[in-house]
Order: sequence, then structure tokens, then C-alpha cells
Amino acid sequence: MSFRQRHLLGIEPLSPQEILTILDLADRYVDLNRRTVKRTDVLEGLTQINMFFENSTRTQSSFELAGKRLGADVMNMSMQTSSVKKGETLIDTALTLNAMHPDLLVVRHPNSGAVNLLASKVECAVLNAGDGRHEHPTQALLDALTIRRKKGRIQRLTVAICGDIAHSRVARSNLILLGKMENRIRLIGPPTLMPAGFKEFGAEVYEDMNEGLKDADVVMMLRLQKERMDGGFIPSEREYFHRYGLDAAKLSHARPDAIVMHPGPMNRGVEIDGEIADDINRSVIQEQVEMGVAVRMACMDLLAQNLRAERGRALNGETYA
Amino acid sequence: MTLHFHNARLICPESGTDRIGSLTVLDGRIIARDAEAPEGAELIDCGGKCLGPGIVDWGVKIGEPGERHKESFRSAGLAAAAGGVTTIIARPDTEASIDTPETLEFVTRRARESSPVRIRHMGALTKGRQGREMTEIGFLQDAGAVAFTDTDHVISDAKVLSRAFTYARSLGALVVSHPQEPALSKGASATSGKFASLRGIPAVSPQAERMGLERDLALVEMTGVRYHADQITSALSLPALERAKANGLNVTAGVSVHHVTLNEYDVGDYRTFFKLTPPLRSEEDRMAVCDALSSGLIDVLCSMHTPQDEESKRLPFEEAAAGAVALETFLPAALRLYHAGVMDLPGLFRAMALNPARRLGLEAGTIAIGAPADLVLFDPDAPFVLDRFTLRSKSKNTPFDGARMEGKVLGTWVGGTCVFGDLNA
Repeated sequence: MSFRQRHLLGIEPLSPQEILTILDLADRYVDLNRRTVKRTDVLEGLTQINMFFENSTRTQSSFELAGKRLGADVMNMSMQTSSVKKGETLIDTALTLNAMHPDLLVVRHPNSGAVNLLASKVECAVLNAGDGRHEHPTQALLDALTIRRKKGRIQRLTVAICGDIAHSRVARSNLILLGKMENRIRLIGPPTLMPAGFKEFGAEVYEDMNEGLKDADVVMMLRLQKERMDGGFIPSEREYFHRYGLDAAKLSHARPDAIVMHPGPMNRGVEIDGEIADDINRSVIQEQVEMGVAVRMACMDLLAQNLRAERGRALNGETYA
Repeated sequence: MTLHFHNARLICPESGTDRIGSLTVLDGRIIARDAEAPEGAELIDCGGKCLGPGIVDWGVKIGEPGERHKESFRSAGLAAAAGGVTTIIARPDTEASIDTPETLEFVTRRARESSPVRIRHMGALTKGRQGREMTEIGFLQDAGAVAFTDTDHVISDAKVLSRAFTYARSLGALVVSHPQEPALSKGASATSGKFASLRGIPAVSPQAERMGLERDLALVEMTGVRYHADQITSALSLPALERAKANGLNVTAGVSVHHVTLNEYDVGDYRTFFKLTPPLRSEEDRMAVCDALSSGLIDVLCSMHTPQDEESKRLPFEEAAAGAVALETFLPAALRLYHAGVMDLPGLFRAMALNPARRLGLEAGTIAIGAPADLVLFDPDAPFVLDRFTLRSKSKNTPFDGARMEGKVLGTWVGGTCVFGDLNA
């Protein structure tokens, strides 16, 4: 078995082989999801709790659907309105959860590292659904799956990640995953939204879209994360669109068969021109959503297998290695 | 149309020369120096007087939009022409600030229609000059802004400033800052010292300027932005400036003509026409700044022309508005440094024309072949007593009212067209 993780907290701990294992399994779930009857029973009897400390519709629905299609009992806890508001600490929340005996815990939190903290205190498998500006591993995996299906490979591609790099966990997870897979990565954005030190990861950093997009195979646009900004990173949305919004003129510098990706939700007219987003020959934004469900099914399936194996060993008096 | 200026004392800031020669102008550009007059050229006998590049005055306040009763593009342009200023670099501290490309396009069009001399605009660095959010630096640059500044509104939030600097750096934009620690200088209208204490005027130490400069320079080092300090007026600031330049930071500095020709004692009996931003300094500071200007440590000499109407000045000293008009008195005031032996004429024109033009990326400021024929002809020794009511500015708030001055402008040409003087006749 080439997947040895107890949690999925980020791309960073994964080996290239583990990433490929997830993608291969996800490919099979894509086929399943396209059938009329989509249900399997691999998570039969297991409890999945989705804890979202930060608003999300898309990711939460995707995880919920993935769990239900695998036969798990899925519960959504909206932490925005819960006891957290009443002052409960994250550790206390974890202890409360332990008492409910969940098997899979999907967590999104506005603070970087909060999901790791929670994972160290609970007895189930934890999936990071995005923590602050740190990581969003399932997004990077679904992006990788989309690229592999469109381009036929996930190595030796030139991938441009454009826009609000500073506030984006999607950018970090993608940077790590694509780097592990030996791709050429370019980060493009205004210097106010470009965090320091990414050059040292081997990424090329550009401030000019036309230069950065030159001969790119994949163009990944990021959402301008207005909710994470305390004002003043860019002069205005119109100047941002003029300089960094993806339109036909800028895209013409990329390879003619380059695909355009966006993690959603899109701000049309801010980071991407509506025409590009809707161009079925270039845009794979809808495919990304479809791959999202499949990738999350694959991740939960693999984690559940490890969880069962661990508990089986524990029953036999063995310790988990 | 060919013009031939002969029998002129040519002041060349590039070569540093000051000698008799001639200049030939064709279709608005200088095509030859010390050549024979081409056939059919209009001859202008300069009578042995000085002919130099037109002044590029960096930091002129014009009241459009919002305060046209103080100064309009027309009145400022006429005053500039009479003062030998051929390019005005206008400040964005208008009512509404020049902080959007739309406003910039409006003032650019107004200026083109009304002014006999060239006017280029600086844009605001933050919206409304409020120090909170940066302006559309890219769009403003595309619309023709030559630099970005909040003028004397110091951006106190270092985070806002660092982001604006970072963004400006990515566009290669030039940022102009007013070095000042705003909390320390709040409410002050004089430099602290014996004079201010005696008069009981709230005062600020010149350390406030040095503190502002040191902070700015740290952010320049962090971001790599192109930076210009609008006015360095104190000896305390000079070591920091020198260090920044020695360390290779992309930094220049200016000083107003008032701060090199007047000192705190000139305020005398609470004369509000001497109230400036920053306030006039001690004589020691004035001399140190003169030395820095002559050595080139301070690059730019400017007028900081700030028109104020009578109502804004006819108030108790503390409440009166700061600033002085200077477009017309800039050259005679600056010539005080020449007559005092502080600087020679090519050196003065380097600070008043060549350096600002180069820093702002303009082709003016020089009498090199190929340059636009923006020229000033003047007699550096002609004496006169200034009567402020003869000034062409709408506002008459000059500290030189009744002063004995030397240096008269005889003629001004912009792109080969005479905009002041009657030598062409």
C-alpha cells in the first residue's frame, strides 16, 4: 500500500507516489460519479463530521457529497454559529468531538496551523479543507487531476499561478504539489500580493502577466481574497483587472493549447474576463468542480483504509507505526 | 522657423560652462551651438546677457480644481513665464486631490488650454491624500503623472506607505515624500529655538524632519522604490541623506528657495508671509543646506510656490496658512546664492533645471543640441525693489515684498516660442 498517512493535513507530507495513488483512485471515482447509481459502501458505518470555522458552500458540499456517495454518515457542523462563538477553545472543541467518536473529520479554519493543532488532539482521521493562508490539499489534488486528464501528464509542464498569491492557500498547496512533480512553476502577481521568499522554493516570480504567461501550459487564476485583506494591497479592482486580470490579449502569450483554471468562486471582471472563463476550449473550471468530488472520495477512502488497519492492529495489541 | 540667439552668455548646466556664444533653434529645438546664423534666421541679440535652460520648477501649487481664486493655470502660467520657469511640475494637493486618472485628464486639458508654459502633474499617492489606500498609480502614470506624492500630508501608517512604495516600485514610478514626523510637528508653526520661544510660537525641532527622512529611507531600502524628498531644510537630515546615497539607494532631495535665502528671524514681528512648511530654520541650518545644495548632496532647488489669499494670511501667526508664492521671484531669489558666491550659474541651473528634469524623465532642463528650446534670457545683475502687487500670480503672498533683489528675466521661450519679453520684435 503506497499511502501511509493518518491525516491529510497538507501536500507537504505527501510523497510523489502517494499523490499518484490518490489521483489513480480518483480517476476510478470519476467514472463512478458519471453513472446513474453513484453509491458505494466503502465508508459504510463510518461517521464523517464536516467542521467549517469559515464560510464555505462549494468545498463543504463537495465533501458532503463525497462522503454520502461512499456511504458514510455525514454531519455538518457550522462552527460560525456554534459554541465557538460562545467562547469555547479549539482544544475543548476537539475533546467534545472525541466523545462523539467520529471517524473522519473535515476541517476548515481561518487560522494557519489550526487544523494541525486539532489533529493532534482528536482520535480520528483529519482532512484539511483549508487553513488560513497555509494549505488546501484537496484543491491542489483536484487541480492536479484536472491537469493530468487534460494534458495527459502531471510532469514537465509550465504552470503559471496568477494573482493574489499572498493570501492564497491554494497557491501554496499547488506550488508544493507541482514542485514535487517536477514542473516549472511561475508565480505572477503585483508585488504587494507576492509573499517574500518563494523564489527560494524554485518558483520563478513575475510582476508582468505577459512575461510570466509566455509559453505556459497551464494558467491558474486565483481569486482576489478581499475578505483576507485589511485594505490597500491594490489601488482598485479596475487597475488590477487592467494589469493582472486574465483576458484574451494576455492569454495569447501562453501556449495555444494552454488550459485556464480557477478554484472558484470567480470575480468576473476582476481577476478573469467572463469570456475566458466561459470559453469551453480553454477553461476547465467546471471540470475542476467535478474532479473535486472524486478526489475527496479517493482521499477519504484511503484514510479510512489506514484508520481501519490501525484500529485492527490496536485490537491485536499492536502499536501503530 | 529658425531663431538665432547670438552675443549670449550661455549657461550650460551639463558642461558647467558660462561663456559667450550663440544658440540656433529650428522648429522648437536647439540644433546648433556657436554656429553661424543660418540664412533667413530671425536674429536675437542677447546683448551679452545670460541665456540658460528654462527653469523646471518642481512642486508648484495651482488652485485648480477647487481654489481658482488663489491661482489658476492661466495666472500661474503667466507668472512662470515672467519668472523664467518653462516647466511647472504641479502638486496634487488641490480640492479634490488629483488622485484619479479622470481628474488628471481634466487638469491636463485645462493646463494645456490656459498656460503659456509647460505644466506636468504629480498624482496623489493615496486616495484623497488621506494616507489609507494607494491611488491607481498605474492608470495615473498612463495618464501622464510624472511622480506621486501626498505633499505635506505625511502617510503615518508605515504599512500603507510600504505597500504604496512596493507597488510604485513595480511600475518604476517616482515617489515624492515630505520628510516629517507628523505627531511631533503637529500644531507647530516655527522651528524650536530662541526665536520661537521669545515669540511664544508653538515650535518643532528639526529632528522631526530627520525622523521622517530616516523612516522613509528604511522603507526605500526595503522596497527599492525611486524616492525624492521634497524639502531637506535642516543640517540634522543631511547625514542620513548622504548615507542613503552612498549606499546606492535611488534617492534624491530638494529644497525650496526660501529655505536657502531666509531664516527663522525673518519672521520678525509675526509676519505670516514668512510662515512656510516646513518652518524657516536657523541660520546654521540654512548655511548647511546651502553647502549641501552646492555640493550636489541636495539635487533640486524649487520654489514650492504656494498661493494663499489675503484672508488665509491675515490671521494670527499660528492660525495663518503656510506657504509663499514664488514663481516670479524664484530666479532673483536663487541669484542671491550666486551673488553671495555660494554657487555659480551653471550650478544653479543644474539644481533648478537639469536635475529635476532628469529625475522626472523630461527632456527639458538643458541647452544641449536636440533639446527643446525652453530658454530663459536674464540679466543677473539688474537691481529692483519688489512690489508684491506687480506679481502676476492671483495671490500676492511673497516674503520678498519690498526686498532689494538682483536679476531680471528679459525673455522666456517655450519650444522656441516667446512667452515673455519683447526681444522678438
